[in-house]
Order: sequence, then C-alpha cells, then structure tokens
Amino acid sequence: MYEFSYHRPASVAEAAELIANAADGKLVAGGQTLLPTMKHRLASPSDVIDLGGIAELSGIVVNGNIVTIGAMTTHAEVAASSEVREAIPALAALAGNIGDPAVRNRGTLGGSIANNDPAADYPAAVIALGATVRTNRREIAGEDFFTGMFETALEEDEIVVAVDFPRPEAASYMKFENPASRYAIVGVFVARTAAGPRAAVTGATACAHRAFRIEESLQAGFGASALDGFEAPVDKMNSDIHASAEYRAHLVKVMAQRAVAACA
Amino acid sequence: MSTINLAVNGQSVSGEVEPRTLLVEFLREQLRLTGTHVGCDTSQCGACVVMIDGKSVKSCTMLAVMADGAEVTTIEGLANGAELHPMQQAFMDNHGLQCGFCTPGMVMSALDIVNRHGNEPDDAIVRRELSGNICRCTGYQNIVKAIRAGAQAMGE
Ligand SMILES: Cc1cc2nc3c(=O)[nH]c(=O)nc-3n(C[C@H](O)[C@H](O)[C@H](O)COP(=O)(O)OP(=O)(O)OC[C@H]3O[C@@H](n4cnc5c(N)ncnc54)[C@H](O)[C@@H]3O)c2cc1C
Ligand code: FES
Ligand code: FES
Repeated sequence: MYEFSYHRPASVAEAAELIANAADGKLVAGGQTLLPTMKHRLASPSDVIDLGGIAELSGIVVNGNIVTIGAMTTHAEVAASSEVREAIPALAALAGNIGDPAVRNRGTLGGSIANNDPAADYPAAVIALGATVRTNRREIAGEDFFTGMFETALEEDEIVVAVDFPRPEAASYMKFENPASRYAIVGVFVARTAAGPRAAVTGATACAHRAFRIEESLQAGFGASALDGFEAPVDKMNSDIHASAEYRAHLVKVMAQRAVAACA
Repeated sequence: MSTINLAVNGQSVSGEVEPRTLLVEFLREQLRLTGTHVGCDTSQCGACVVMIDGKSVKSCTMLAVMADGAEVTTIEGLANGAELHPMQQAFMDNHGLQCGFCTPGMVMSALDIVNRHGNEPDDAIVRRELSGNICRCTGYQNIVKAIRAGAQAMGE
C-alpha cells in the first residue's frame, strides 16, 4: 500500500471539505473493498477520508412507510435490526448473507452501493424496492444510481448520506452465490408493491439493473408460474470461470421464480 | 505518523503508526502479539480475526488508525493465566486443530458466533458462520465440534 494522509472528520460537511481540498482524495467507509484495492496498488489516494467518525451517517429510522438506513450502517446492523426485519425482512436477510460475519461487521450500505460491484447484493434491493439514494447534494432515484460496472451517478467527491427504502407489500431476494466469497453469481430481488411488481437482477450483467421483462410477466399474476415463458437474454450475460452466459441466463429465471414463490 | 490510543486485551496502549499500517501489523510487529496470524492478506481466510469492541473483524482489512479509541481483543487476551478459555479448551479437547495456523481466527470467530447465536448453535449455523475462515488441514469436522462444545461450556 502506498503512503497517504489520513483524516477522520466528525461531520459530512467537514468530510466534503476535506475531499474537495485533497489532491486525490478517497472516502473510506468499512474499507472492505477499498483497503484490498489499495493493497493491490490499484488505488493510491493522496488522502483517505474516513467516514467512520460521523455519527449522522449511521443508523436506521422508520418513518411511516419509509425505512431510512444511514450510509455507514454496517451489513451486520441491518441484518440484526428489528425495524428492518419487521418492515422489509428481505432486506435484512440480504444484508445477513453478504460475505462473512467479519466483513458484515465492517462493510457498509454506502460503501457497497458507491462501489457498485457487478456482483454486489444491495444494488438489486435499491433498484427493486424503488429506493432513493440521498447524498450531501441531492436525491437520486435508485434505478438511476447504478450506471455501469463500478460506475454510479455519483459526481466527483459526492457523499452518500442515506438510502430511503419504501416498504413493499412483500419482497424476496434469492441469490446463487459464489461459495467462496458469497458474492452473487446471479441474484434477483422481486417486490410486490402498491404500484405493481418490481424486479432487479444483479451478478448477471455489467451491473445491477431493473428487470422490466420480469415485471411485465408478473403483471398478469404474481406467481412463479407467470415466469414459465420468461427467458433472460444470453447475449447480455457475463461469462467467467464461475458461470457461462447460458448458465447465468438460466439462473436469472430460476432465482426470479424462487424469489416470487418466497413472496407468497 | 499518527498517535493511536487503544485498549488491547484490557491494557491501554499507545503507538506511533503510519496511516497505512494495518491493524494486524501494529498488533504483531509493534505489540509483538503474534498470535493473530496473516494467512492471505486479501480478506479471505480469517486467520487475522480479532474482536473490536466485541465484534469480529479481519485485522488485515482495517487500518491501525481506524482502531484508535477501540477495545481490541486478540487470542492472547482469552486465557486466564494458565487456564485456557473454554473455547480454547474445547479446540484442544476436540482436536479442532492440526497445524494451528487458522486456530486464533477460528476461536475469535467462534466467540462472535456465541455472542450472536448463544450457547447452542447447530452444525448448520456454525458452518455458515465460518464462511470467512479457511482451514487447510482439518476438513472442519472437528472445528465445528469444538465450537459447539466450547459454546456449551461457555454457558455453564
Ligand atoms: C471476503 C469478502 C466477501 C464479500 N462478499 C460480498 C457479498 O457476498 N456481497 C456483496 O454485496 N458484497 C460483498 N463484499 C463487499 C462488501 O460488502 C463491502 O463491504 C462493500 O462492497 C464495500 O463497503 P465498505 O463499507 O467496505 O466500503 P469501502 O471499501 O470503504 O469503500 C468502497 C468504495 O465506496 C466509496 N464510498 C464508501 N462510502 C461512501 C459514501 N458514503 N459515499 C460515497 N462513496 C463512498 C469509497 O470511496 C470506495 O471507493 C465482500 C467483501 C469481502 C472482503
Ligand atoms: S489474513 Fe486477513 S483474512 Fe486472511
Ligand atoms: S489447522 Fe492448519 S490451517 Fe487449520
């Protein structure tokens, strides 16, 4: 790891100022992705700004039908939260199946979505639940947030503050996981909402995306058999040592059907 | 250099570290607490797991400066003099180790399992919870046995 200066601000405003003034600053949340990247020397920031000391970024608040989760809330905290388990059990379960316990004790919601790994779990929930990402500058609709492999709608030095998740009528997330890392080879999040069915797929393509064709199929009736005729497009699928494009396309359908069945 | 003040195994310590010093490097090289191992240095194997404020963390994937003000427990902090912690004793009694390289991380992760799942975790829970700890020797069978026995002993 190359040398850098370390800062631990106590507020979002202070963090914004530090990153704006740094030559090549990087925010660090749980460090579960950034620190391995820096060890590999794939990132070599001049300044590392640790969000860990900012109390306002952490915590879970339920207000009516909205569950607001602070960017620095860890996966373990979301998984164990009685509020999240009651309002959106699928979201608590998703958080509880990220990586392993030690990763969940450090890794955060904000870090996961800002990083936008093509196989990350949270992006599927943010999109399918129609969540809103709140930053220190604006609000971004969940489905507009993830723009490409490791790419997001975040501007330079923009800080994710929290995510607002609307409570669905029912929701479920099913992933076919990489047995070593638990990252999603394919993950499908489906939700039954007052405005109709919603679905998102992660792991399968360059980054998590809304699955309009799954939603259309579910319009007729929210049941696994509604997807019997559905086929995911093979030519858009990732292909790697873990799974071929054909296999991933098949998994999208199977995970979607299992997720829908689990909503019943 | 940055100065950090933290509690390690119940003792306050302070140290001078570079920002890029990993917590595991600080523990092993400055405090000479070499019970915490580095197996992979890539966040995969769990040999470096320690407790920070009561929660398991991979100390190869945390900066020492991030632990400023924290309470850290390493494998050295478990035994009571010559008397092993019940979880350590259970690993010994159940042949939960062969070379022993993964053992410190296994024991720390085991304590995290007991904290969250209580004294009667079943095989499936223990196996699932150990997904971040790799052992190249044992085949895990006796590690799972040891953790279940240790969890039980901790409740007695
Ligand atoms: C062994 C292992 C297994 C894993 N398995 C899974 C898995 O199964 N599923 C899964 O989804 N993930 C998995 N992960 C990734 C894990 O969830 C990470 O915690 C997550 O990707 C990054 O979160 P972090 O808080 O550690 O962020 P960091 O590593 O600190 O930061 C990641 C990036 O996000 C930026 N960032 C962080 N916070 C903010 C913010 N508030 N605003 C703007 N930018 C920000 C940083 O600048 C950096 O570029 C795994 C990681 C490891 C090491
Ligand atoms: S040395 Fe830290 S996880 Fe392997
Ligand atoms: S006992 Fe040798 S690695 Fe586990």
